[in-house]
Amino acid sequence: MALTEIPDPVAQELESDAERVASRRGVLIALPSWVYLTVFFAVPLVIVLVYSFATRSSTGLTRLTGWNLDSYRRLFDPLVAEIAMRSVVLAVATTLICLAVSYPFAYYIATRAPKWRNLLIVLVLIPFWSNFLVRTYAWRIILGSDGPLAQITEALGMEPVRLLFTNSAILIGLVYGYLPFMVLPLYAALERMDWSLVEAARDLYADGWTAFRKVTWPLSRPGVIAGSILVFIPSLGAYVTPALLGGARTTLLGDYIVSQFLAARNQPFGSALSVAVMSVMLVAVIVYFRSGAKNL
Amino acid sequence: MTISAGVRPKSPIERLLAANSWLVYAFFYAPIMLLIGLSFNANDNVGVWTGVSTRWYSEMFRNDDVMRALRTSLIVAALSTVVSTILGTAAAIALERFRFRGQRVYDGLVYLPIIIPDVTMAVMMLLFFAQSFNIIDGIFGFKPLFGIGTISLSHIAFNISFVAVVVRARLAQLDSSLEEAAADLYATRWQAFRHVTLPLIMPGVAGGALLALTLSLDDVVVTSFVAGPGATTLPVYVFGLVRRGVTPLINAVSTVMLAASMALVLISLFFQRGTGTVATTEEEPLEET
Repeated sequence: MALTEIPDPVAQELESDAERVASRRGVLIALPSWVYLTVFFAVPLVIVLVYSFATRSSTGLTRLTGWNLDSYRRLFDPLVAEIAMRSVVLAVATTLICLAVSYPFAYYIATRAPKWRNLLIVLVLIPFWSNFLVRTYAWRIILGSDGPLAQITEALGMEPVRLLFTNSAILIGLVYGYLPFMVLPLYAALERMDWSLVEAARDLYADGWTAFRKVTWPLSRPGVIAGSILVFIPSLGAYVTPALLGGARTTLLGDYIVSQFLAARNQPFGSALSVAVMSVMLVAVIVYFRSGAKNL
Repeated sequence: MTISAGVRPKSPIERLLAANSWLVYAFFYAPIMLLIGLSFNANDNVGVWTGVSTRWYSEMFRNDDVMRALRTSLIVAALSTVVSTILGTAAAIALERFRFRGQRVYDGLVYLPIIIPDVTMAVMMLLFFAQSFNIIDGIFGFKPLFGIGTISLSHIAFNISFVAVVVRARLAQLDSSLEEAAADLYATRWQAFRHVTLPLIMPGVAGGALLALTLSLDDVVVTSFVAGPGATTLPVYVFGLVRRGVTPLINAVSTVMLAASMALVLISLFFQRGTGTVATTEEEPLEET
């Protein structure tokens, strides 16, 4: 460290030598995962990109000749637009509901005494770590035609509520599945917050709402952003939830892409859909981070 | 520092917050409890309760398909956890402690698998293996099968990133002066890593490994694309059954999977506590009393 302050050519040379050695060592440590991710992630990514410009033969095979933009043109098909619209609406709704429920929830946990706080957050970690498929499956039982929800509403003298295979069922499943992903970053942000700033605001005669709006909310924004991204992205690409809780008329992008590979056997179109979804997400993440970073 | 519960009288807002929280906990746990309860139902029909029985559990252990899928799951999880923990930890160290050319590209490469939705990842892996198996067929005249190998390779590909993020978070909290002190005391690079850095980042490494294990045991989407006639994992097998309907056998298998997840939570808490307090003594010296 001290070496840099001495304008001595020998010292500078030593310094840059050391830097070179350290840099080489860094590359060496990074190398195994670099190679692995290049072969098993970057190359597959490129293959999907290439396939999206390929042609589908009449038998469902992919011909890597006659490159064209047909698959991308099909993205503007009204049917595809409808599926995309439904996916985006459901993903946004899931994110907003999760945020509205989680914020007061995380706030409540973060303001408990430390010994309670740990127990309360462990109770969030358990569903967070629990198998997603199993948790979604539980809702298939609850919402089923003779499931608890239908039975309870019938016993109460109402029309039995049967939500399975509807958009509402998917929304419930998505919120249930991804709620912990919102709670944990919000909790982390609120728990780390310096509460004396809120007290300072109150001392300066800010009412509770103003103190929240001017102090707590801005300070918890990193948690809001992280949580929203963690909920929005998997919701938009969801496959398990619509497959288990949705029906024939509630296709989302996730199961639509899967069907292109397993049922329809149209790999180029499936690839183009994947590329489109991926690009939207990358743009969303970048824009969100940029706007967030500016306002923080 | 913290506004503790007992200091102020309970305001209406406080009551609302508390009510909301209990509702959220009920929302979290009611479906899980229901599932566990139903798995002990003696009746063939999930909707009809006739009595407590462990019949579906013994049926599960006698079911060859379930047992075979379970074995595949465990092999894949063990393999992918070990490899991704080593590679991911190295990636975290390279990113956090070194500066080198191409680092930004590498950084992006490490983070991208987390951002990408699993359906896209599944498509990528399917096309990649199909394409490379065709090439292998063309050169060597044989075609590898989809199975444990393809599943493990795919799981490692997404797990490296998750391990790297968790370990990197831990490294970023650490003061690198401890490592510099070791170097000043003539420790070799390896000694400094082995005796200073590694013990300090151990909670992060353990946390990353457990996350990798959980993700591998839970994955449905990517696995269902790269599983083949050779082998399929337990979640993929269950997913296939579930799509056809609700059965008491699935309830029993699901309960076992839930129990495994909860055991992993407890283990991870144990790791965070056991090593965490040692590594962060200067931050919270009086926590233990």
